[in-house]
Amino acid sequence: MSGDVPNRLQLDGSTTLRFPKYAKFRYDETRGRWVVLAPERLLLPDEPAVEILKLIDGERSVAAIIDDLVRRFEAPREVIATDVTALLQDLVDKGVLAP
Amino acid sequence: MTAPLIEPPLALLAELSHRCPLRCPYCSNPLALERASAELDTAQWERVLRESAALGILQVHFSGGEPLVRHDLAVLVGVARAVGLYSNLITSGVLLDRARLAALVEAGLDHVQLSFQDAEAGGADRSAGLGGAHDKKLAAAALVREAGLPLTVNAVVHRQNLERLAQMIELALRLGAQRLEVAHVQYYGWGLANRRALLPTSEQLARATALVEAERMRLKGVLTIDYVLPDYYARRPKACMGGWARRFLNISPAGKVLPCHAAETLPGFVFPSVKSESLADIWYRSEAFNRFRGTAWMPEPCRSCDRREIDWGGCRCQAFALTGDAARTDPACALAPDRALLDRARDEAQGSPDFIYRQIGALASLEGASS
Repeated sequence: MSGDVPNRLQLDGSTTLRFPKYAKFRYDETRGRWVVLAPERLLLPDEPAVEILKLIDGERSVAAIIDDLVRRFEAPREVIATDVTALLQDLVDKGVLAP
Repeated sequence: MTAPLIEPPLALLAELSHRCPLRCPYCSNPLALERASAELDTAQWERVLRESAALGILQVHFSGGEPLVRHDLAVLVGVARAVGLYSNLITSGVLLDRARLAALVEAGLDHVQLSFQDAEAGGADRSAGLGGAHDKKLAAAALVREAGLPLTVNAVVHRQNLERLAQMIELALRLGAQRLEVAHVQYYGWGLANRRALLPTSEQLARATALVEAERMRLKGVLTIDYVLPDYYARRPKACMGGWARRFLNISPAGKVLPCHAAETLPGFVFPSVKSESLADIWYRSEAFNRFRGTAWMPEPCRSCDRREIDWGGCRCQAFALTGDAARTDPACALAPDRALLDRARDEAQGSPDFIYRQIGALASLEGASS
């Protein structure tokens, strides 16, 4: 294959993420749970993912989000960092989060 | 046996009109197309959208036909936004212009899915049955991206254009799409009538599947490619609509409420109308929605199958189209007693490339048979 392919965003600790206008993270009263609405997609994040997504505000860096969760959940930093980075990278790849 | 808990629906497919400037020979609309005079009016659709949100629906797909033939589309998008529904416009794009798109954006439209019939104008316009359609779609895609809306390209593929799948993927990239649906034609209604002209060969399919796998790797994080193996070459059926009356409801231009867009092809059903019943009553209590819900209706081999709550027995409309009985196992399953019907159809389907185009009255005898 030829042609210029735009670059995939690879997360690091300094990346700051937000929900683009077309991706909506909100509480669904009918089902009593958080959902993410995106183009032709509905994501149903589990409880740990919801805690991570609540920290996405377009200002905090990935590293700051990890620090916050380490403090609150008293878990080893490398464990939290691995989980958080994997989740956020996946959502970036799906276009649900943007820099 | 206790009745299983019925979950609220997730999405509404609102078919605002069957009118469309295109005449694609694989259109998902029924053979018996509704005329404009039968369509729900603005107030009726507004009520449907409010009821949908109250019922727990999260997303509305405005579709058709071509939804842009409705001059109240922006009003309806505005209502969807006001009641908290995520709105998606499924369009051919040929009627989109800057002013209409601006009104839709202003009303709160969230996403656009634009269909393409081919990678180049010749084949695309022939499939669409409309000269100049492809160029108008390219212009529409540019307008959508300019307006800052996310774009999904829906590329409908079949024997006559599958050789150009690589170019269709490049087209989606060039247009700035975020998602590409490589949508194999589904063989109900118009697609079934044109099966001999459209069904791909197994060699074509193997090449296409390998290409999609390679491109997904190359384009990870840049372009999401949705691709479902067509039933005729699958070993297990797809979970059609995520299961009958489990996630989706479809409303026809005249207000009939259906578990899927092809359900009107099924005989022996009285599909309820939004004109006479509430959506909640229809979803939870109507005979039509309950008939194939869950697993209790299933015959063997579905009933004792480990996958019965994965594929939900496949597609009722396909089971009917191929076997004459909507309650049989979908022949797309290699375990189905009627699998040979599908195998035979596949072997016989390499016929003339000529199309029967979608239009009112094109298949009058079939319309009579399906109504």
